[in-house]
Amino acid sequence: MSILNIDNVSKSFDGFRAINDLNLAIAKGELRAIIGPNGAGKTTMMDLITGKIRPDQGTLFFDTTHDLTRLDEAGTARLGIGRKFQKPTVIESLTVGENIDLALAGPRGVWSALRGPDRATASRERARLLDLVRLADPGRLAGELSHGQKQWLEIAMLLAQEPRLLLVDEPAAGMTDAETMRTADLLRDLAGEHSIVVVEHDMDFVRALNCRVTVLHQGHVLAEGPLDHVSANPEVIDVYLGR
Amino acid sequence: MRQINRNMAVFLSGLFVLTVAIPLMQGQVLPDYAVQLVGKYLCYALLAVSLDLVWGYAGILSLGHAAFFTLGAYVMGMHLMREIGARGVYANPELPDFMVFLNWDSLPWFWGASDSFAVTLLLVVAVPGALAFIFGWFAFRARVNGVYLSIITQAMTYALMLAFFRNEMGFGGNNGLTDFKDLLGIPLSSPGMRLGLFIASALALAAGLLIARAITQSHLGRVLVGVRDAESRTRFLGYRVEEYKLFVWTVSAMMAGVAGALYVPQVGIVNPGEFAPANSIEIVIWVALGGRGTLVGAALGAMVVALTKTLLTGWLPDAWLYALGALFILVTLYLPRGIVGALEGLKPARKPQEVAA
Repeated sequence: MSILNIDNVSKSFDGFRAINDLNLAIAKGELRAIIGPNGAGKTTMMDLITGKIRPDQGTLFFDTTHDLTRLDEAGTARLGIGRKFQKPTVIESLTVGENIDLALAGPRGVWSALRGPDRATASRERARLLDLVRLADPGRLAGELSHGQKQWLEIAMLLAQEPRLLLVDEPAAGMTDAETMRTADLLRDLAGEHSIVVVEHDMDFVRALNCRVTVLHQGHVLAEGPLDHVSANPEVIDVYLGR
Repeated sequence: MRQINRNMAVFLSGLFVLTVAIPLMQGQVLPDYAVQLVGKYLCYALLAVSLDLVWGYAGILSLGHAAFFTLGAYVMGMHLMREIGARGVYANPELPDFMVFLNWDSLPWFWGASDSFAVTLLLVVAVPGALAFIFGWFAFRARVNGVYLSIITQAMTYALMLAFFRNEMGFGGNNGLTDFKDLLGIPLSSPGMRLGLFIASALALAAGLLIARAITQSHLGRVLVGVRDAESRTRFLGYRVEEYKLFVWTVSAMMAGVAGALYVPQVGIVNPGEFAPANSIEIVIWVALGGRGTLVGAALGAMVVALTKTLLTGWLPDAWLYALGALFILVTLYLPRGIVGALEGLKPARKPQEVAA
């Protein structure tokens, strides 16, 4: 069973085909790495999945029944798609704990926000998540965190949403080698319970994920399979790995 | 958070002292007009708080907030016009003077309910609220942001100004509404009425501050800060940003409308000049001066600027605008967090470092 089905999707910007007849299926609980040179359409693909932009043609379905082309970002998020940006994006003038509170699964309407989440559940969840990403002080301002810590906070916020599908854009960017490996461990642990799509440039990181790899080139799938398999593919070597 | 509560407590205590002290001094130390003057400052303060709610917490820089204030003022002005009754120059019991002058033979439909004080109170919040809701519904759904949004808020107030200048609109054209006599049967010039309006303004300001505090300190307030600091992050967390903006924008416009309604009986006139873009920009200066995103600072900034304006226009009438400009430049350069921010900087840090023995 697939959690995500992308079929024959194309998207152009001012005549430039960013996504060109893309087909991709992610199974429930799968961990998938997506690699490709700059301009291969990775971010555009994320934007399409999360409802930020609409495809010119083709279909995107979540859990086989939900048409993603009819939803906006908030709609896809409520459906259970969590997205981590390439540049760590947290709310800097709120504390670490408040950032988590905002992300916690629950109603998202204006009127329920006036009341806020249930305090007991919120503090339990907050403690669990901060422990998982090793952030000690929930009272600290998020803007004071280091780059790597912000990445971790954003990952914790992502998990707080209890998403079924996680889209993770270059999580290892700006992390130390140790942090990178810890991130890979965490993502491997999370797979199974969540389905995860990771876009990444760092080949050591992709190797550590130890999962199926999709190579994107000019908005199209060039190759798919285990890392050793795709990295032996002459076309892949030509457009990407060989350079 | 704690800082906001402490500032709020200090400010509200000060406001309380002012509200008790002024009636005691009225007619003795203080001339009657001073009561009116302070009442006017309090209306400005409430207007500034309403702007700080959207600018300081949701990042919506409105350059048209005077529009909501002036609409509230016009709604109240219409009621005051009806209270004049047959005492106008043309002694027409039904029609305000300007309508007689324009040879109209009956009230336009939208003046129909203006004789009722209760309906007027309702419309004071409903009219600015409705305009804000419609404007915001289109602007926020279209994801108009930043400077583009500021420009269209400015265009909104400018368009209203041009419309209200026209006699055909039925709001007294460029003369606006004036010559008010009394409110609820009590003369506006009586000391009792002046005091009553002053106290009502103080209560409205206190209520406005408390409502703004309740909103900004709730979970909804955190979402607004998220919208301000990282809008797309907030969207991808599942919050429909436009709904949150629309909510706070509409509440803010209603607050501004109340300020306008309390302002009119204290100054005795409202005309389309109140819609002028410069007025809206001045509100932004008040908030920046007092400290954006501090609520109390916005109120303080408005009162400081208004007081300075009163004093300077008395002493050096020509220098006022230069003084305002200089004030704004100085604050931007030396007090980036406004008066309240600077005051907080003077106090010792909240958690003093442990000194090693």
